[in-house]
Amino acid sequence: MSSGNSNGHPAHLAHHFSDAAQQSESAKIGMWIFLLTEILLFAGLFVAYAVYRSANTEMFYNAHKHLDIHLGTLNTIVLITSSLTMALAIRSIQLNDRKKSIKLLAATFALAAVFLIVKYFEYSHKFDLGQLPGKFYTYTGIEGSNPHIFFSVYFMMTGLHGIHVIAGMIAISWVMRKTIQGKLSSEYYTPMELTGLYWHLVDMIWIFLFPLLYLIG
Amino acid sequence: MSGHSTQENRHIIPARTYIAVGVGLLLLTAVTVGVSFIHLEGWNAIAAVGIASVKALLVALIFMHLLYDKKIFLVIFSTAILFLGIFLALTMFDILSRGEIYPEYEKTIEKNAVMYKKAEPAPAAEPVEDSTSDVQ
Amino acid sequence: MNKIPEVNYLNASRGIRSWLFTLDHKRIGLLYLFSIMAAFALGGIFAILIRLELLGPGKDIMEARTYNQIFTLHGAVMIFLFIIPSIPAAMGNFILPQMIGAKDVAFPRLNLLSWWIYIFGAVFAVISMSTGSVDTGWTFYTPYSTTTSTSVVAMTLGVFILGFSSIFTGLNFIVTIHKMRAPGQTWFKLPLFVWGLYATAIIQVLATPVLGITVLLLILERVAGIGIFDPAMGGDPVLFQHFFWFYSHPAVYIMILPGMGIISELISAFSQKRIFGYKAIAFSSLAIAFISFLVWGHHMFVSGQSQLASAIFSFLTFLVGIPSGIKIFNWLATLYKGKIRFDTPMLYALSFLFLFTIGGLTGMFLGTLATDVHLHDTYFVVAHFHYVMVGGTVMAFFGGLHYWWPKFWGRMYNELWAKISIAFTFVGFNITFLSQFVLGAKGMPRRYYSYLDKFQPLHDLSSFGSWIMAIGFFIMAVYLIHAVFKGRPAGDNPWGALTFEWETTSPPPKENFIETPTLTHGPYDYDKIVPERTI
Ligand code: HEM
Ligand SMILES: [Cu+2]
Repeated sequence: MSSGNSNGHPAHLAHHFSDAAQQSESAKIGMWIFLLTEILLFAGLFVAYAVYRSANTEMFYNAHKHLDIHLGTLNTIVLITSSLTMALAIRSIQLNDRKKSIKLLAATFALAAVFLIVKYFEYSHKFDLGQLPGKFYTYTGIEGSNPHIFFSVYFMMTGLHGIHVIAGMIAISWVMRKTIQGKLSSEYYTPMELTGLYWHLVDMIWIFLFPLLYLIG
Repeated sequence: MSGHSTQENRHIIPARTYIAVGVGLLLLTAVTVGVSFIHLEGWNAIAAVGIASVKALLVALIFMHLLYDKKIFLVIFSTAILFLGIFLALTMFDILSRGEIYPEYEKTIEKNAVMYKKAEPAPAAEPVEDSTSDVQ
Repeated sequence: MNKIPEVNYLNASRGIRSWLFTLDHKRIGLLYLFSIMAAFALGGIFAILIRLELLGPGKDIMEARTYNQIFTLHGAVMIFLFIIPSIPAAMGNFILPQMIGAKDVAFPRLNLLSWWIYIFGAVFAVISMSTGSVDTGWTFYTPYSTTTSTSVVAMTLGVFILGFSSIFTGLNFIVTIHKMRAPGQTWFKLPLFVWGLYATAIIQVLATPVLGITVLLLILERVAGIGIFDPAMGGDPVLFQHFFWFYSHPAVYIMILPGMGIISELISAFSQKRIFGYKAIAFSSLAIAFISFLVWGHHMFVSGQSQLASAIFSFLTFLVGIPSGIKIFNWLATLYKGKIRFDTPMLYALSFLFLFTIGGLTGMFLGTLATDVHLHDTYFVVAHFHYVMVGGTVMAFFGGLHYWWPKFWGRMYNELWAKISIAFTFVGFNITFLSQFVLGAKGMPRRYYSYLDKFQPLHDLSSFGSWIMAIGFFIMAVYLIHAVFKGRPAGDNPWGALTFEWETTSPPPKENFIETPTLTHGPYDYDKIVPERTI
């Protein structure tokens, strides 16, 4: 609805805001509240994890050995690096260095893709072995009670997280496009900032998933 | 409208800081992987979650600018963590204290699911079979 | 003689598209209003069917299974499609920006999106109804909900989608209240309705995601057999109840807090008196919002939850009584020595005070661990929550509807018919549900389509009351719709109230105010100014 410069408003300023600061701060509060809802969405899975781990302690320990710790660590490194490139991309746009910003966004996007590819190999390996959630579980090599529950929890947590990675990639490509079109600059980069916040949250959730699933000591 | 008053409260953090945090996060990852190979009984879980929390805090404060931005964002983030904590704590409290007051209620529960029964020498079959019968 | 302003938001643009894709919060509010009223009518039909079946023991008009489906639909429609969005999304949308002197909410597109999502979610509910609708009760308890052959997935998918609608409304309101207030309007000059909406919005964004993950897990349990709620697979069905009530107890405050906000406005405006204990009321809303997250286990006293946890949840439940009591006493103190006018909105407010107090107090009985073992899953619980939800929220909702109807349309309804209508509603309501307290205390369990012969007189009384109530609502529908077309023009400030929305025209122009208003007085400064009533 921002038809533009009729009364000195910049193009990105919507009519019902009085100035750009009000608008960008509103957007950021909105984004943070959205992140809050995301955290509480995952909260349910963390609770489920805690409940079933406490009920099947031994099995969780045995089952986690069937996750590939190398791939898990690799993916952690990948996501952390992508968070760093995202943060630097925002820094570049703050300095009005559009080219560098685009490169860093591209790097972030690529790292996200690497993450998903690694996940794909992990998943397909588990599919082959029959280490599947719930009633599809057919593997027989894990001691302890109810190993299928471990894989229910594993697939739900990493699956929901994976969906968020995909959503993040869509958002990143969207701001990349905007930057290439020259719509973002040090004057106005709210979309990139919001995407960054979202991406860091995705990273943050993985930071917890990794030790909880792969590193049950 | 030009120059100022566009993006409010702009605080540009030096690239060095970002990179230092990134390296710190990678180091902490190495630490947490290392610790998981040492046997510390219950402490393993605490160490894992503790290190993860430090990492998450670094991401939130520096990468997500909570340290520099308006305090309202920090409040929102803390609220989310607080309510996640409430959810987790009160639910786990129930789970862990079941049978505490009337221990006679804490009968041994057949822990393993029906679907694993097949392999074992037949205990009295229960009529719950249908939903899981397609599973071996 | 009052005149309707020539240009206003109703005639600013024409055509069905200008409504369905509007970004104007007032029109979106009305879209919501029409939708929730349709849901209310549908839920009401189900209610009447329930009460018809219960006229006699045994089968009267439907099979047991049909009965189960009908009461589930009644609950699900009333809760997810009517009462949760009722006050915030319909009335809050219309009034909130005006109350704070803003042109619109912070994110108008998100606002429109939330209505479309609501419609989309409602479609799933309808699909569920037409494909062998659910018979689990609105609570969808496992393990029954994972084994019944009825269409749980469509309904819970609908609930999942409706959750987003609720989250977006809450998110939008929080940002709006933070960032869009007119110059000079500080936090403590906000009308208390705004405080109520703010506390509600906080609950909406904190609790609703958990409902989302709950129904998602339930769906996965059904379609993929993940086993986490299935006792036969090593899962814990009681965990489902934890998940469900972590949302649904706070959700009952999503229902009541905005209602309490409306009551604060009505009591002050119709007593022409400064509200007593402004800050106490404002903060008690936040306190209720917080405490509501600590008490969910009181729905699970007999579920197999640990007794220690039950005792703690019981104790925490009593804490909710404190801020609720604070509000009641402040409203009573406001009435004291006020110049009370018994216009229809005020009658609704007084009904609220009376009925909500009964509902809240019986909540205390239920929160007491020992009594609840007896009363759980009886009609006593049914009566309790109808006293708070209908006696509380719905009374407040209709109070607000009558209060702001002239603001919505610029026209007044017929006061005499309005009074006749509320008389029917109030009397009918009490006949319907007081009898259910007695039934429950005597041991009549809820959710049964048959009962022992000795319960018949009270059941019949209750059904009789439901007809009286239905007449009341029917009369209301007629005169309110009539008013939209034929009512006499109401003028800008028909009640002589001081909050911002009465300073613009009725109906307001497209962007609410001709120019950005500045605050010259507080929302309750009746000791300084007494505005003319324009009617
Ligand atoms: C004054 C504070 C309140 C207290 C202490 C309270 C307490 C309780 C308790 C203990 C139960 C569980 C009874 C049982 O199942 O055995 C209950 C049920 C219920 N309450 Fe309240 N309540 C309060 C206010 C409210 C309000 C304001 C609402 C809604 C606007 C509400 C809606 C409900 C509903 C819908 C149920 C039944 C849920 C179901 O099982 O279907 N309550 N209440
Ligand atoms: Cu409750």
